[in-house]
Amino acid sequence: MTVEAMVEPESGAIGVDRLLAAGPDARWAQHATRFGALDAAAAAPTLLAELEASGLGGRGGAGFAAWRKLAATLEAGRRPGARPVVIANGSEGEPLSHKDATLLRHAPHLVIDGLLAAAAAVGASDAYLYAAEPGLEAVRAAAAERADAARIRFVAAPDAFIAGQATAVVNAIENGVALPRDHTRRLSESGLRGRPTLLHNVETLAQLALVARYGAAWFRAVGTADDPGTRLVTIAGDVALPQVLEVAGGTRIAEVLRAAGADTSRLAAVLVGGYHGAWLPADALDAPLSPAGLAPFGAHPGAGVLLALDRTRCGVEATAGIVSYLAAQSARQCGPCRFGLPALAETWNRLAYASHDSGLAARAWELTDTVDGRGACAHPDGTARMVRSAQRVFADDLRLHAHGGCARAAR
Amino acid sequence: MFDDTMWAFGRASGIVDLVLLTVAVLGGILTRSGRPLPGIPRFALSLAHRNVSMLAVVFLVLHVATLLLDPYAKLTIADVVVPFAGAEKPFWLGLGTVAFDLLVAVVATALLQRAIGTKAFRAVHWLTYAMWPVAVLHSVFDGTDGTDAWFVVGTVLATAAVLAAVAWRLSHGFLETQSLRGPDRLRAPQRPDAELRRVS
Amino acid sequence: MTRLDPRGASPDAPVPAARLHIDWTRCDGRGLCTELLPELLDRDEWGYPIARSLSDRSDVPVPPELEQAALDAVTLCPVIALRLTRR
Repeated sequence: MTVEAMVEPESGAIGVDRLLAAGPDARWAQHATRFGALDAAAAAPTLLAELEASGLGGRGGAGFAAWRKLAATLEAGRRPGARPVVIANGSEGEPLSHKDATLLRHAPHLVIDGLLAAAAAVGASDAYLYAAEPGLEAVRAAAAERADAARIRFVAAPDAFIAGQATAVVNAIENGVALPRDHTRRLSESGLRGRPTLLHNVETLAQLALVARYGAAWFRAVGTADDPGTRLVTIAGDVALPQVLEVAGGTRIAEVLRAAGADTSRLAAVLVGGYHGAWLPADALDAPLSPAGLAPFGAHPGAGVLLALDRTRCGVEATAGIVSYLAAQSARQCGPCRFGLPALAETWNRLAYASHDSGLAARAWELTDTVDGRGACAHPDGTARMVRSAQRVFADDLRLHAHGGCARAAR
Repeated sequence: MFDDTMWAFGRASGIVDLVLLTVAVLGGILTRSGRPLPGIPRFALSLAHRNVSMLAVVFLVLHVATLLLDPYAKLTIADVVVPFAGAEKPFWLGLGTVAFDLLVAVVATALLQRAIGTKAFRAVHWLTYAMWPVAVLHSVFDGTDGTDAWFVVGTVLATAAVLAAVAWRLSHGFLETQSLRGPDRLRAPQRPDAELRRVS
Repeated sequence: MTRLDPRGASPDAPVPAARLHIDWTRCDGRGLCTELLPELLDRDEWGYPIARSLSDRSDVPVPPELEQAALDAVTLCPVIALRLTRR
């Protein structure tokens, strides 16, 4: 998970320098020069209202409005004896995604600002930062540069796909086991050791730090009404310059891909939102990379991953590979996931490589319906979402595969 | 007259309890396999196992209480809890005490499963396999009727049934779900995107 | 977060529907709950309970007439994987 290949975000039609405005590898000096210090306590009283007005959505995957979790934690924190906790989640288990690692390396102080501002706003006495190396080390080094970050505790995340699931994060901090666990109450009500817990993605917190500084109106000056602000996007796959970019909300997907050097006319499909995301057909790339723009395709920006698939590749094979990976990444705690995902992977591998069996497609549908919604975390649900989108987008390919053919372009 | 009644009831309750314990053990093994019986669903078997086990406790308490009241038995309160210290046949009486203690532990942890967790419950529940043979030895060698032909025949039959059930318990495919699930088909995690992923 | 408390609610306020929560990390697919609640639960091919509805499959809505059966399922689950919740 190195970020060496990251191309410096450029200003222009696509690149918008907000989160990364202090420049590459920004230390405290660059950060303070560009943004100035943030007085978390002074920002606290108005933060919730500003956050709601800003329309900032979570950048970790689910995309819920950022202010709602904060409001819920604040509410739960009013219980007598409640001691709220804030956790910054930078564990990018998604192997395609590099935006959190990029952010932690280049703008660690903005993440710290956001974490401290959120902690002040909900009255949290404890603040944690959970991330994989080397991002964790980058923030730790940044925290050592300032006096107000001494109380942040750093917890290393293992390099596993599900290590970033919300309950796995709490479990990792509480018990050192980064596995999801069963829950009937929201983390904001009962999270770390039963305390009201505000868990936000590190990019969400960095954006929050900007809202705390400059307010909602400033935040909305970039992006669209239904997708305000910027988001970090990882562009991977068949593009000339794979990279992490900060783009304005509502930017068309094709535009983002072209900024990474993609020839969009050569693409068969794009996986949006990562392995738990959804495939988008090539003729839909004019859709904006926003929740509303992607909703008609059953997709969501998620953690901002775009995986481009060239015409010379087979979508069925690509999907089979992803399902195999997701099956292997099951924590094997929950029966339907433990047995269902391998069965689903086996079916997709046979669809892709082996049999000319018309019953396989029906079997794939059935298994997808079987695993959906039946686990302690979103792993089976996310897998089902991705597989369903593949069944829609690669419907023709699947038909050809059933008769021993394949739709991939010759060249 | 009163003492004779006590003695007779003590004997009878002991024998009934041995039958109940045997049924409870067989029912427990059947319950664990996860299979229903023809016409009897799993939840009914589970309930029956629980109820028979509770009844076994009731009869064990009666067995012990009547013999405490019976002067011939020379049983003391201490003998109920502390094994091998009795006045008469201390070893064979002591086995009864051991079985009593084990049953109390097994039933108490079963009732408290929610509080102590499934792992602790399961660990203690294995003690049943020690409790049952100890109880049988106690009844054969300490019991008045232990060497009577009818009792010996009954004990042999019960032992055969429990041994058969244990053999089934240890056999492959004992669990109903084993045939449905098979071995895990997961291989070592591998990333599908070695080729596609060029960012790093 | 609006949460309805059945005790605190006014008498004519509707009691929130009960839900059968399945803790998948504990569930071993023993099949007792599917016998007790055939109206709500089926068994998948590995023996695990599967809600007949396509949504809320880890927090299965329980209609009032099945609440007693759901309570029995909670009590009889051999691995304590079930809970009845209201929210």
